[in-house]
Amino acid sequence: MEHNVLTYMIFIPLAGAVVVLLLPSQSYHLIRWVSAAVTVPPLLMASWLYANFDTTTVGFQFVQKAAWIPAYNIQYFVGVDGVSISMVLLTALLSFLCIFASFGIDKAVKGYFALFLLLDAGMMGVFCALDFFLFYIFWEVMLLPMYFLIGIWGGPRREYAAIKFFLYTLFGSVLMLLAILALYFNTNPHTFDMTVMMAQAKNYSTQSLPFWPFNELRWGFQHVVWMAMFIGFAIKIPAFPFHTWLPDAHVEAPTAISVILAGVLLKMGTYGILRINYPMLPVATADMAYWLLGALGAWNIIYGALCAMAQTDLKKLVAYSSVSHMGYVMLGMASFTTQGINGAVLQMFNHGTITAMLFLLVGVIYDRAHHRNIEGFGGLAAVMPVYTGITALAFFASMGLPGLSGFISEVLVLLGVWQKYPGLAILGATGVILTAGYLLWTVQRVYLGPTNEKYKTIPEIDGREIFTLVPLGAIVILVGVYPSVVLDLLRTSLDNLNQIIIPHLPS
Amino acid sequence: MDASLIPLLPGAQVLLTALVVMLLDLFIDEHERGLLAWISLLGLALCGAEAILLWGSSEGTFGDTLLLDNFALFFTQIFIAVAALTVLSSMRYVRETGIHEGEFYSLILFATTGMIVMAAANDLMVFFLGLETMSVAVYVLTGMWRSSARSSEAAMKYFLMGAFATGFLLYGIALIYGATGSTNLNQISAYLLEPQGQWPPYLFVGGLLLLVGFGFKVGAVPFHFWIPDVYEGAPTPVTGFMAVAVKAAAFAAWARILMHELSPLDSDWALPLRVLAIATMTIGNLLAISQPSVKRMLAYSSIAHAGYLLIGIVAGEEWGSTSLLFYLATYAPATFGAFAVITLLTEQDKPKEDYGHFAGLGFKRPFVAMAMSLFMLSLAGFPPLAGFTGKFHIFRSAIIAGHTDLAIIGVLNSLLSVIYYLRVIVMMYMNEGGVKGKSFIESPYLYTAVGLAAAATIYLGVLPMRTLEWSRSAFSSLF
Repeated sequence: MEHNVLTYMIFIPLAGAVVVLLLPSQSYHLIRWVSAAVTVPPLLMASWLYANFDTTTVGFQFVQKAAWIPAYNIQYFVGVDGVSISMVLLTALLSFLCIFASFGIDKAVKGYFALFLLLDAGMMGVFCALDFFLFYIFWEVMLLPMYFLIGIWGGPRREYAAIKFFLYTLFGSVLMLLAILALYFNTNPHTFDMTVMMAQAKNYSTQSLPFWPFNELRWGFQHVVWMAMFIGFAIKIPAFPFHTWLPDAHVEAPTAISVILAGVLLKMGTYGILRINYPMLPVATADMAYWLLGALGAWNIIYGALCAMAQTDLKKLVAYSSVSHMGYVMLGMASFTTQGINGAVLQMFNHGTITAMLFLLVGVIYDRAHHRNIEGFGGLAAVMPVYTGITALAFFASMGLPGLSGFISEVLVLLGVWQKYPGLAILGATGVILTAGYLLWTVQRVYLGPTNEKYKTIPEIDGREIFTLVPLGAIVILVGVYPSVVLDLLRTSLDNLNQIIIPHLPS
Repeated sequence: MDASLIPLLPGAQVLLTALVVMLLDLFIDEHERGLLAWISLLGLALCGAEAILLWGSSEGTFGDTLLLDNFALFFTQIFIAVAALTVLSSMRYVRETGIHEGEFYSLILFATTGMIVMAAANDLMVFFLGLETMSVAVYVLTGMWRSSARSSEAAMKYFLMGAFATGFLLYGIALIYGATGSTNLNQISAYLLEPQGQWPPYLFVGGLLLLVGFGFKVGAVPFHFWIPDVYEGAPTPVTGFMAVAVKAAAFAAWARILMHELSPLDSDWALPLRVLAIATMTIGNLLAISQPSVKRMLAYSSIAHAGYLLIGIVAGEEWGSTSLLFYLATYAPATFGAFAVITLLTEQDKPKEDYGHFAGLGFKRPFVAMAMSLFMLSLAGFPPLAGFTGKFHIFRSAIIAGHTDLAIIGVLNSLLSVIYYLRVIVMMYMNEGGVKGKSFIESPYLYTAVGLAAAATIYLGVLPMRTLEWSRSAFSSLF
């Protein structure tokens, strides 16, 4: 089915960025509203995609293909399947909401919104691209605006945070580029078409390479490429030990950018593994999954939770909770069971909505108090009841309270993992307890207890802020009560992925 | 001797313009000298049109010592584009710095003539002639800012080093002539292809001396020591001209002489070339990191880029050479544009070229800063800009030719280069202070040059197909 709706979704924000650049730089209102208007069509199209997506077929849908650099078989090739459509939905929704969350920006407004829209286009492109070259280009295009958005509009240590983010990610993408080239040259005929690469997965050699250290590890070509891709993606997830850029970037980034960073960019790591490592390098995936996805994921859960517990900065706490929650995604992916992998992708979606709420909520309090020190508040529930109510919803969703979305995905992941690796499931479940620990403790310190004198007159959350939070809250509850709204999209594609890997699993 | 003069046309056109400019300079008033720039541009435009019309021809003249083929035309286009941009960006600059206009423009045109001859030369002597025409003009251009001590020092240094390199080249040519009995590339190539027992050992010595001479001209490590001082001291538009056009001319001659006609010797200099490429990339990048001045940093970065280009030469064959030509085309706008932005920062006769002078530029001159960011990102090899497509093809050709290690070293090197390119962007957008608003050279022509370079940087990155096709047909015209 040929369709150009995805192309519109990618390029409308790009065109919007150009339009914003041409607006007079002093008319802040105009710039803000034009930017908001630009993110509406992708959101509508995403809803249309959701309604028209055929959940019974395995293949890519809404594909569009055109030759771009024919000499090297480079194409413009976009399409979505079950794995990507949920991410496209998430991207469209968060971009729309984050424009409103950015209305408070008053430094170089034009540049901010233009870069934001460029970032939006890049993110859409990454999730839709089915040509490896195109994928890489969008991947890098997305990195740049992010770097500027943190580096120019960030907090006091923004330069350090931005450069750290940039260098980490760039290191990962360089490894990825080498891996892409390696795959390209081992595909016949040479092509960057991902679907061809997936079809030729069995041609990528798994023969152990004859030199150290690969002969010891019994790594073949496939394993080396897998590893290069994995490091590139692990930096984005971020998986231990590549996670150290994340707290810095989050603490310095403006609120909306934190939301995008945690809500969408982190997902690209796990999305990339599912899109590329799984179908293209199945043997290596089967060999590596236990340690590098399962065990590392479990470690991420516990390590992230422990780090979160030790934080005094509210935003840093939420950042580390992301590290912890992304661990569930890795853990679920490694199980190769229906529940596990569906839970993992659902967790990607849920983490996107829940963390977005958390960062928005931190932003609300930061805008009022101009600090985020957990110990510096107290008893906010009495002064800001609405705010506290929404926060409670987000916190409970994050810790996996039944009836809210986080619960479904975490339970699915743990159920799936339990069938394969009970040990890891127990570690993962420990993480749930730790999560409850640090979140409840935070609620207690910030919202309960005697009201801090300084914040007796702090204004309640306003309409614009509520507007950004309510859709997310509604989704959190909806998915918690009726998870099929998302799971139906995923199941067919993910089962297919599982079937690719399972024959290669070491017995 | 055949009488066709058509192959001379592009070179002669530029030469004629140069002479007109030089003579006219004597007769027109001080305040009318701006006209000379327009005459130069007109001449260059005519030459560009001729080069486009002649595209696809393959004709030799003067006993095949000069060969007008797509290869020569491809480079002619690059030289002309860069020369035109140089003229555009110097219009105001030469006034501010008190450089004599007529001489300046005619020297640029003379140098361009030399380059065109170099790219078309099919004979070692004619190549040498072109090289000297270009070099002498550029020595003078380097020292044209007479009130600046740095400029004079740079000219002296460049002259001495250049003369030294010329000695190597000439000696190499002599030895090759001695061994093969000819300076004509076709005849040398025919001699090398003849099956015979042994080549005289001094043939290799000759080849090696040629290699050293080229190494000097493109600024490959360890023959790079003159580059930073000369690039820093020269008037900034001239630096841009040198970093792009002079380097491209040297690579054009290198590609024609070493890669094609002398290709039977390939196996003998594969190793020295590999070492040269690795050293040039790595040392260029490492030294660029620690530079306090952006102009100096760009000088070292141009060394590093010579290293990437050397990968193309090592890879050889169709892909290597095509990507070499294409890389030069992608490297040109970004490097030239960066130097043009530094030109823009000049305040009367005081250069503002330290990192600190870029602070806050992003808010004072948003479009200039945006263009500079594009140039820096393109040089760092960031998609979807020109530099990325160029690097992509270079590394790809290295892998095809079986030099995967070179490709990996190249990729790691471009990662290293991000450190210093990014610092410029950090300065422009994330720091306050720097140059005050009024101290820019406000010239619409300079802005045009920057804008054109930025447009080319994007165009070559997003739609590289046509230029790639040109590079390929330019390369295949060598056969």
